[in-house]
Amino acid sequence: MKKQIQKILYTPQDTRYLNYSTDLANPGEFPFTRGIYPTMYSGKPWTFREFSGFGLAHDTNQRFRFLLESGQTGLSVAFDLPTLMGYDSDHPKSSGEVGLGGVAIDSLEDMEELFRGIPLAKVSTSMTINAPAAIIFAMYLACAKKQKSKIRDLNGTLQNDILKEYIAQKEWIFPPKPSLRLIVDTVRFATRHVPKWNTISISGYHIREAGSTAVQELAFTLANGFTYVEEVLKTSLSIDQFAPRLSFFFNAHQNFFEEVAKFRAAKRIWAKKMRYTYKAKDPKSWRLRFHVQTAGCSLRAQQPENNIVRTAYEALSAVLGGTQSLHTNGYDEPLCLPTDESAQIALRTQQILAHELGITEAVDPLGGSYYIEHLTNQMEKQAEDYFKKIRSMGGVLKGIEENFFQHEIANASYVYQKEVEEKKRIIVGVNEYLTEKELWNVPIFKIDPKRENEQKTRLKHLKRKRNNSKVLKTLAQLRRKAETRENLMPYILESVEAYATLGEIVESLKEVFGEYQEPASAL
Amino acid sequence: MIRNNKIRILLAKAGLDGHDRGVKVIARALRDEGMEVIYTGLRQTVNTIVISAVQEDVDVVAVSILSGAHMTLLPQIWKGLKKYGRQDILLTGGGIIPPQDQARLKKMGIGRMFGPGDSIYHIVRYIRDSVSK
Repeated sequence: MKKQIQKILYTPQDTRYLNYSTDLANPGEFPFTRGIYPTMYSGKPWTFREFSGFGLAHDTNQRFRFLLESGQTGLSVAFDLPTLMGYDSDHPKSSGEVGLGGVAIDSLEDMEELFRGIPLAKVSTSMTINAPAAIIFAMYLACAKKQKSKIRDLNGTLQNDILKEYIAQKEWIFPPKPSLRLIVDTVRFATRHVPKWNTISISGYHIREAGSTAVQELAFTLANGFTYVEEVLKTSLSIDQFAPRLSFFFNAHQNFFEEVAKFRAAKRIWAKKMRYTYKAKDPKSWRLRFHVQTAGCSLRAQQPENNIVRTAYEALSAVLGGTQSLHTNGYDEPLCLPTDESAQIALRTQQILAHELGITEAVDPLGGSYYIEHLTNQMEKQAEDYFKKIRSMGGVLKGIEENFFQHEIANASYVYQKEVEEKKRIIVGVNEYLTEKELWNVPIFKIDPKRENEQKTRLKHLKRKRNNSKVLKTLAQLRRKAETRENLMPYILESVEAYATLGEIVESLKEVFGEYQEPASAL
Repeated sequence: MIRNNKIRILLAKAGLDGHDRGVKVIARALRDEGMEVIYTGLRQTVNTIVISAVQEDVDVVAVSILSGAHMTLLPQIWKGLKKYGRQDILLTGGGIIPPQDQARLKKMGIGRMFGPGDSIYHIVRYIRDSVSK
């Protein structure tokens, strides 16, 4: 067998084709490899955006108010699995899951409770929701209207990225085509009525968590981004009307320099495609704005305190890669939801990075490193190879149908696990440096299981007190409109405002759209 | 039915979460180890899992749950197996299972739960040791 010789030294030879003004340029200049703004963190560090949500709307409302009183201006909502899957809390499939991994939202009533006393025109809210994103967005808008806020002034982000669900996270409801239609409808609606809203957060995070390599994360995410752009361009919107409101969400994993290169390559590829392929003229359309979360899948249940160190290094790669905002994980997450204490350590990790290390003093401090620039070029080239492959396959939707992405990711995760098993990859405390006896002294965060029944009772009361004939009327209208090509957002909004539940709206749409079935796949 | 002496194992995803990275890696690894693996796919109900286990006459049911619903779903599956008089089947699994919960499951008679960082080698050895055939 031919033994590959690992290259260990990088010299000007490796970057000789690099042209400073066209490949790198100063921060704030096309193609933004060195950063999308001229001063980056020197005025103000990235946004510390920690994701939270648990129990019932009331519980999360308390947590939000506490965060706002502590000086945070942005909220980030985690929803529970029934909400993410479009089931009400009283659905048999929701049993045991209500309020567990996030907050349970069944209707506008819960949304009102979630933001009680919080002026929506004054905060920015990020909502991690995908398959039922249009409905949750409608609830948020309805809630703002009830507070007498103008929806034009609302600020926030909807994840709204269904393609990576089929590829990786697998929280889907409808088949791809009607799902894409709902996304396009939200983009069209927000562009007109909620212009400051970030309509899609195109996410590689979950692709990486499912086991992909860094290159796959980069390539599949950007390919999904191009797909959304092309879908919206089929409507009357032009590229510069909606592209500035698209944003990205990446993973920060452990191979430090590879991660930095991945973030830099992403900015360059997106800028070039937007400018040259999609003919965007507004520099705002060229800029890839992104959020990063450290890699949940890199955390280990063995010697869990070590995860604090892993998370800190991962966070550093995101900052050196130029992220706009960051979530750092709690060290106890391989065991349970983070406790208050571990969530605070996670936030402190970011504060130490921002204030103690001096890394905000220069913009893109790794720029020009032979190794980093070489890796950035390589990332770009390998991503381009994937784009070609995906295009020749007939695009992202075809790839999903043919299980292309799912296979690529499953293979990569199997290879990774094998390397760990065979100790080709050392994981401290897992396959090397084991301690004699595992110390289970990590405190565990628990959600009260009684919460599920409380939420079911709330829902029962709601169904008794609302105007049920109005609910049925709006749902019938929504079904009719779903069969046309009209934008569904106004009709979803009407149903939501009549206090139709998430589950009722989803079931109505299922009657027209059907449900997604994963293609039969060999493992 | 003619049975060979291969260990038969039903791998199941219960609950609403879609995290199937772990279960897919395990499925492949157990097949490589010469076991007969049946994978249910995502989001199976307790009832489907119990009935499949009985009908397929498996030696092991291994459930993957990362949603946090393990204290609801695993005891239900265990009770379901009892209803069919099949608590001879080893019920094991993996996911994000806090140690306190693992201890409680063990008391009920449910097998070991594995988590992030546990090696395939240990999982295989545990299954082989528990199912003597």
